[in-house]
Amino acid sequence: MSNHVKYRIGKSTGFQALTIVLATSCVIPLVAILMYIIKAGITKINWNFLTNVEKPVGEIGGGIAHALMGSILVIFFASLIAIPIGILCGIFLSENKKSRLAYWSRLSVDILQGVPSIVIGIVAYIWLVKPFGYSAWSGSIALSIMMLPIIIRSTEETLKMLPDTLREAAFALGMPFHRVILKVIVPCGISGILSGVMLSVARIAGETAPLLFTAFGYQFFSTNMNKPMETLPHLIFKYAITPYKDWQDLAWGASCILLIWVLLLNILTKLITRRWKVQL
Amino acid sequence: MESTIVKSVDYNAYFGDNHVVKNVNIEIPRNNVIAVMGPSGCGKTTFLRGINRMHELIPGATAKGKIMLNNEDVMEMHPIFVRLKIGMVFQRPNPFPNLSIYDNVIAGYKLNGIKLPKAEKDKIVEHSLTRVALWKEVKDSLTKKGSFLSGGQQQRLCIARAVAMEPEVLLFDEPTSALDPISTSTVEELFHELKKNYTLIIVTHNMQQAARVSDRTAFFYMGELVEYDNTKQMFTNPTDIRTQNYITGRFS
Ligand SMILES: Nc1ncnc2c1ncn2[C@@H]1O[C@H](COP(=O)(O)OP(=O)(O)OP(=O)(O)O)[C@@H](O)[C@H]1O
Ligand SMILES: [Mg+2]
Repeated sequence: MSNHVKYRIGKSTGFQALTIVLATSCVIPLVAILMYIIKAGITKINWNFLTNVEKPVGEIGGGIAHALMGSILVIFFASLIAIPIGILCGIFLSENKKSRLAYWSRLSVDILQGVPSIVIGIVAYIWLVKPFGYSAWSGSIALSIMMLPIIIRSTEETLKMLPDTLREAAFALGMPFHRVILKVIVPCGISGILSGVMLSVARIAGETAPLLFTAFGYQFFSTNMNKPMETLPHLIFKYAITPYKDWQDLAWGASCILLIWVLLLNILTKLITRRWKVQL
Repeated sequence: MESTIVKSVDYNAYFGDNHVVKNVNIEIPRNNVIAVMGPSGCGKTTFLRGINRMHELIPGATAKGKIMLNNEDVMEMHPIFVRLKIGMVFQRPNPFPNLSIYDNVIAGYKLNGIKLPKAEKDKIVEHSLTRVALWKEVKDSLTKKGSFLSGGQQQRLCIARAVAMEPEVLLFDEPTSALDPISTSTVEELFHELKKNYTLIIVTHNMQQAARVSDRTAFFYMGELVEYDNTKQMFTNPTDIRTQNYITGRFS
């Protein structure tokens, strides 16, 4: 074998090795963070932790029930707002690829995706909190704005991938537009749409900045959407910056819960994508 | 004398400014098989899609003139109604991938929200699949997804889906161009069977196929209907020089 060829094989092998090393190295921070949080948090999680609410410093047995409930409610209502709007907007964009309105809404969605969450928080503060006061629903609205771009783009991309022949088959059977969309296009793209929804939920589950300005935080158990409400990320923020060991432990435990939550959502997304994927 | 079922009067179709189908006048007799031929890009598909108002679904596409179905202008009817009367089968088999074979056959009812008793649905499914010679092959796997079938079976499933709606006319756009010779001949045999109940308009590039299955042939060239006659007459003794050239393969 000539030296030239050997040199090229060597170079190729070196390059392959490099990609493998780099690929592994980006797993390291993730694993490190996971290990650390689980180690620090898992021991703090027990029944009291999940069912009790905040206790004054020094009193043992404080829990995060109020924040868990708050996060579930705030995210539930955020989804209730963002999912229908996001999916409908995604359908519009995929059906009207070239219209002027589609161009502008696509552009706004892209820009919205890049807006820092704290800015969304401030805007929600000025528009909703100033006139109506701190409330859980203002937090839901702020979070729903963050969910929108993810749902819209994933819906649009999924539906665009569906072949035109599918649409034509439906129209040729005399189906009206809304039925073509609801009975054929959406069911065929449902796995992509749902995974976008799940990812958007996972994405906002840990958002703290917009909630600082809106849902604010609350030390009691509450399901009143018109009042301030505690949420997991805000609770972590609040406890983590205190000097008290008990509260810091609670923050670790809550971090661990939040992490498990996001992890479960991601696994669920994978399962849904696999289970509901329509073989074209 | 056979009665006319579809008639076009000065039909023109456009994509934006592109005049694609030019002043087509054609009369199609009931229970006949009509072959539509012509070089690529001459407007066959566009004309075919004009008949059941699929043409206008494309952004920027417009049409002028009349398409008469039983002496009623389809341009004046609601497109949904037109498409129930005039079924269509496409070049590539396109069963609904989210539906079972059974549901694919009754898709026209099911997806349109027309509720039928189970017995009725069973009857339609069996009847339609039998008509397209697919019943024996799939009767034990009706709950499987339509996309599991072979290409030829899928195409017959799509024909069954169109047939199930009991239309008067069936449009086929190169229905066998994606199929192997065996599936092709199965589908061709089907045409003979189907013409007892329906009128078939078939776009094809395959001259042997046109000769085998059709009663009449229409020859399109650059958007114009150049010649329209009995298939035998057309293939043995075409009057227009362009038809002659095409049939003898002097251009394609
Ligand atoms: N979706 C479309 N948008 C714009 N122009 C189109 C579109 N489809 C077809 N055309 C134009 O219309 C003309 C006729 O097209 P058509 O598909 O009817 O031809 P055809 O006879 O079916 O050809 P083929 O045998 O290749 O299928 C072509 O010149 C083409 O450029
Ligand atoms: Mg064509």
